[in-house]
Amino acid sequence: MNLTKKKNSSPARSRRDVRDIWADSPWYVRTAIYVLLFLFAMFVLPSDGVKSFMSPETDWVTTLWDPIGLYILLALGLNIVVGQAGLLDLGYVAFFAIGAYSVGVLGKIHHWGFWYTVVAALLIAAVSGILLGAPTLRLRGDYLAIVTLGFGEIIRIVARNTDAIGGSQGIEGLPRPPAMFGLDFENLLDAKPFYYLVLVMIALVIIISVRLNQSRVGRAWTAIREDEDAAELMGVPTFKFKLLAFFIGAMIGGLAGTGQMGGVQGYIQPENFTFILSATILVCVVFGGSGNIPGVILGAFIIAWLPERFRFIQEYRTMAFGVVLVAMMILRPEGLLPSRQRKAEMKEGAGTLGAMGGEVAGPDTEASVEVTK
Amino acid sequence: MFNDFISQFPQSTVDGLAVGAIFALIALGYTMVYGVLRLINFAHSEIFMVGTVAGLFTISQVFDIKSPLTGFALVGMVLLLLVVAMAASGGAAVLLELVAYRPLRRRGASRLAALISAIGASFFLQEVFALQVIPKLFDRPEGRNQIGVPRIMDKDVLFSVGSMDVRTDHVLVVVAAVVMMVALDQFVTRTKVGRGIRATAQDPETAVLMGVNIDTIVRTTFLLGGAMAGVAALLYIVKFEITAYNIGFILGVKAFTAAVLGGIGNLRGALVGGFALGLIENWGAIFFGSEWKDVIAFTVLVIILMFRPTGLLGESLQQARA
Repeated sequence: MNLTKKKNSSPARSRRDVRDIWADSPWYVRTAIYVLLFLFAMFVLPSDGVKSFMSPETDWVTTLWDPIGLYILLALGLNIVVGQAGLLDLGYVAFFAIGAYSVGVLGKIHHWGFWYTVVAALLIAAVSGILLGAPTLRLRGDYLAIVTLGFGEIIRIVARNTDAIGGSQGIEGLPRPPAMFGLDFENLLDAKPFYYLVLVMIALVIIISVRLNQSRVGRAWTAIREDEDAAELMGVPTFKFKLLAFFIGAMIGGLAGTGQMGGVQGYIQPENFTFILSATILVCVVFGGSGNIPGVILGAFIIAWLPERFRFIQEYRTMAFGVVLVAMMILRPEGLLPSRQRKAEMKEGAGTLGAMGGEVAGPDTEASVEVTK
Repeated sequence: MFNDFISQFPQSTVDGLAVGAIFALIALGYTMVYGVLRLINFAHSEIFMVGTVAGLFTISQVFDIKSPLTGFALVGMVLLLLVVAMAASGGAAVLLELVAYRPLRRRGASRLAALISAIGASFFLQEVFALQVIPKLFDRPEGRNQIGVPRIMDKDVLFSVGSMDVRTDHVLVVVAAVVMMVALDQFVTRTKVGRGIRATAQDPETAVLMGVNIDTIVRTTFLLGGAMAGVAALLYIVKFEITAYNIGFILGVKAFTAAVLGGIGNLRGALVGGFALGLIENWGAIFFGSEWKDVIAFTVLVIILMFRPTGLLGESLQQARA
């Protein structure tokens, strides 16, 4: 069907895309912009001026940490799995839970220091990513989706049913990082230190994502996403690279879990890690523009921020969220800021995981008109 | 523990079959839609929920049944409820397809986009029922609590074998589920529309070229899948006597697991997968306790998929009955 479809390529691109300018600018300009963005996130974003617009009713800095910062971290991690490698993971929250519980169990029950628990959490999350991936990554698309969904539920139910790690009560009083750089992590009412911590984590994850994306690994992931069989035939060890995507995704999920530290509530419990959160993070990725890092960050920011901003419609916000999702997918299925490559894929009707219904549209649509011509 | 297993085994088997029948009926909706569109219809669990609410409305508001019925009144009531639940769920499924999936299909959107749209539709339906429909229909201030369903039939023990009690509701659930599934299977195998469904599942492009109207086929698929969810909904409220705005979620996940277990896209696979999952869960619960049911179900799924990557009966809506 694609063969018959004529590309309506625009005649000689008239305006230069922002992306071209970005790609053409020298490295020091790009570095400077990165630094400026970081400084902006550090000083301007949490300031009172921004607060009065973004979040007049709630504590803006706390909101920036939990949920906005954490959603961005999770979305960046899931973006590697879904956006770059094209593996549909519906249980990503499992790694978030593993990270949070590692900090909770090791710190609260075994009295480890915070930073030791972070290292342990990353290791445990990565190992569980491998343990989940090794047997299941040979499965295709939707089988993987249900298995990962199951994994997410298993982790939550195990946490709920195991009294040694708090059972359904969860864990209270998670360890916090020791004071550093004049930042004191003792007081939950002043969320700035937590926000800065998550911000540094986000910066790290962005650097890792970008570097990976531009490397051989990133190209291998793209190849797998586009056509796994073709990639395998071209000599890409698909299984290894899929496992790597899971491994890195799991680690980032675990990292987000360590940054959670009980969140605004100050405790973790199994019901914080439900499927709804997995679905929401997936929505962040697709809503923003799967595969495109700025898009994913924007998506996560909006999805996390809107419900906090519009607390006065508290009751109806999930409903509105549902409507927005459906409308968004109908009007702009490639996301707010799609990567250029992805946009092209979408146009061909393929894209991640192939098209619905084998690329056949209804009798009166573009595609089938082409057939009858 | 082994003695426990022996003594509880027969009863668990009966319970497992009854639950499995409900899983299987819901799984049919997932499997048919998947077979035709390659789409995980995430909102199917809400289609099921719509059916339970419609059934409850008929029982408690329209007829105001307080005590269990008997004889012809019971038969008539069950048949009426069947029609109501099937119509409600089938209608909701067709509407869902029209609003949330068809525009995407027209644009040739990716399946990931369709999945997100499905999740959005699922959130929307749950919230509409929690905030508006359930409070208004049943005159309750809080729509998020579970609602008990009045008992419409006596759950007498029909016969006992050793420690195993087979009750009327067990029989009703299993028989009704098997009858509906045979009917659906025959419909898909023997009618013209059924042939269209199979052709589309096999190769949509060729099917269109052969003159199959794909819009009709997709609509029919959603209608049939929804109607089966309606049957499941009726059986569920008769057996478990409870509903809530989010009742579909865990059942939906289980039913989808059942569909995958049997081989997604395969109608008979849904039946096999549903019963297998119901039995495995209940048998496993004897050993580990019922709070581990879900873990057992998913673990078994992973193990089976490792050895049979396309499920117990294989994938195609076409092949299994060639």
